[in-house]
Amino acid sequence: MSLLTQRLRFIPFLPIYVAAYFLFLYLPILLLPIFSFNNAATTTFPLAGFTTKWYASLSGNSVMLEAAWNSLIVGLSVSLLSTILGICAARAITRYRFRGQRAAAGLIMAPLFLPEIIVAVSLLMIVLAMGVELSLVTVILGQTVFCVPYAMSVLVSGFEGFDRSLEEASYDLGEAAIGTFRRVTLPVVAPAIVSSLLVTFTISLDEFILAFFLSGTEPTLPVYIWGQLRFAAKLPGVLALGTIMLVASILMLTLAEILRRRAERRTQLAHALP
Amino acid sequence: MTAAAFGPIADTPSPSRRRAWMRSEEARGLAMISPTFLYALALLFLPVLIVIAYSFWTQNYLEIDRTFTLENYRQALTEPIYRDLFVRSLWISLTVSVVTVVFSYPVAWFISFHGGVHKNLWLFLITVPCWTSYLLRVMSWKVILGYGGVMNTGLISMGLIDKPVTSLLYNSNAVVITLVHSWAAFAILPIYVSLQKVDRTLIEAARDLGDSRIKAFFRVTLPLSLPGVISAFLIVMIPTVGDYVTPRLVGGKDGVMIATAIQAQFGKAANWPLGAALSVTTMVLVSLSAAAIVLALKFTIRRIK
Repeated sequence: MSLLTQRLRFIPFLPIYVAAYFLFLYLPILLLPIFSFNNAATTTFPLAGFTTKWYASLSGNSVMLEAAWNSLIVGLSVSLLSTILGICAARAITRYRFRGQRAAAGLIMAPLFLPEIIVAVSLLMIVLAMGVELSLVTVILGQTVFCVPYAMSVLVSGFEGFDRSLEEASYDLGEAAIGTFRRVTLPVVAPAIVSSLLVTFTISLDEFILAFFLSGTEPTLPVYIWGQLRFAAKLPGVLALGTIMLVASILMLTLAEILRRRAERRTQLAHALP
Repeated sequence: MTAAAFGPIADTPSPSRRRAWMRSEEARGLAMISPTFLYALALLFLPVLIVIAYSFWTQNYLEIDRTFTLENYRQALTEPIYRDLFVRSLWISLTVSVVTVVFSYPVAWFISFHGGVHKNLWLFLITVPCWTSYLLRVMSWKVILGYGGVMNTGLISMGLIDKPVTSLLYNSNAVVITLVHSWAAFAILPIYVSLQKVDRTLIEAARDLGDSRIKAFFRVTLPLSLPGVISAFLIVMIPTVGDYVTPRLVGGKDGVMIATAIQAQFGKAANWPLGAALSVTTMVLVSLSAAAIVLALKFTIRRIK
């Protein structure tokens, strides 16, 4: 008995558990690429051989290309708009102190804590009640509400370490507010801003519920995929498209993370200087 | 936090120059945040108010009758179909949040205590799957759990089972598995943050004073990381109650949740006031249950201490 318990002690339970957890996290993501290269219309083991025909079939699919174009327009607009709004909020929170700060930040961050369907339904109601047609514009406006909290959290962590005395020094040396922002603030916070742009673009690219409710007759890629899921025969094409989107998302996120860390190091460096 | 910290200073009379400076800082802060704040006010707060207003009105074919009524809430709370959907949605979101927190805690603990110099890399690897398309991940689970899917055909080709297991997909278990997968990072991050704040010397002190490893964990580490556990719990439970995609794709008949009913009121059924009442009821019910559970959790931890 004591020998058994002694043996049990040396089994690395926790690392094994963490490895299993990672397998669970990554399994669904790894399966999409595997089956997108599988030479069969069904997703069964054993695999039937390598093919790229599902990818080839995508290039001639004009409806899909249209949706991809819509997604690109929406993604660029949302990332720009939400990052600008995020900059204002993050700057206000990290640079100034004022009454109502907490309440304002709470409202801006609220979409993180609400069921997405309720945000979608309420936006749909206000849009239709005002007599506005559903279009890509309504998707952009809606997704921006949803993306600002993410932009803000990326930007706040980028702005937080920023040393205020650098700006004060610039003012003292006669630089105007705009000049100070451009020549002192911006270079330090630029990585955080680019990181925010990338993160919000990725969220917008993958966002489904708001786009589903607000897009009208112009689908984005996730809405297009949703429509295709009803047809079993279309699955391999969807898997190929999904793989491309997955790779794009992971690349952008990795880049965003690298930039975010560089921003962190830069602000730390600014602190270390005497 | 910041507003509360500043309240007393702003209220106490002080030299006029300082007050003027304060006012200008306050004014500049407000001016800075106002674009974002007004955007959220117009496209989040106002829409939610409209939903609440609609929930007290009535749909008369194409017209909206604006006399105050509680009829929608009566329907939402008493009709068996909605009552069942509420109960199931709450039950699923509760199960998902408990399972997610319990399964994620050891991982957060591992990263915080044994992550070494690459903690940020670990956290990044945890978050990557959660940032990728939600729709695609749910679809992937459908592929994994389906009748002719990865799990069944994989197990058959390994010779572990003879014929496909049908109970994997199209039930509430499939919904729970998929949602636990989707929300993992949202649970790990807050728990990790609060574990990082735990003073390591307190754990050493407990060990030196004779607590076993496990006892020290339950009496020191766990209570101190409770804020993270609670926010993880809330950030998973509240959004999952209204999930639409997962029940539709992997839930089948037994996994339908309230979002499907809400969506139907805005689509085919075209009864906005009822849809609004269902949305408001969902929010109220999930907030109440979450609050009750947080209180219970705090109470239990105090007892252990």
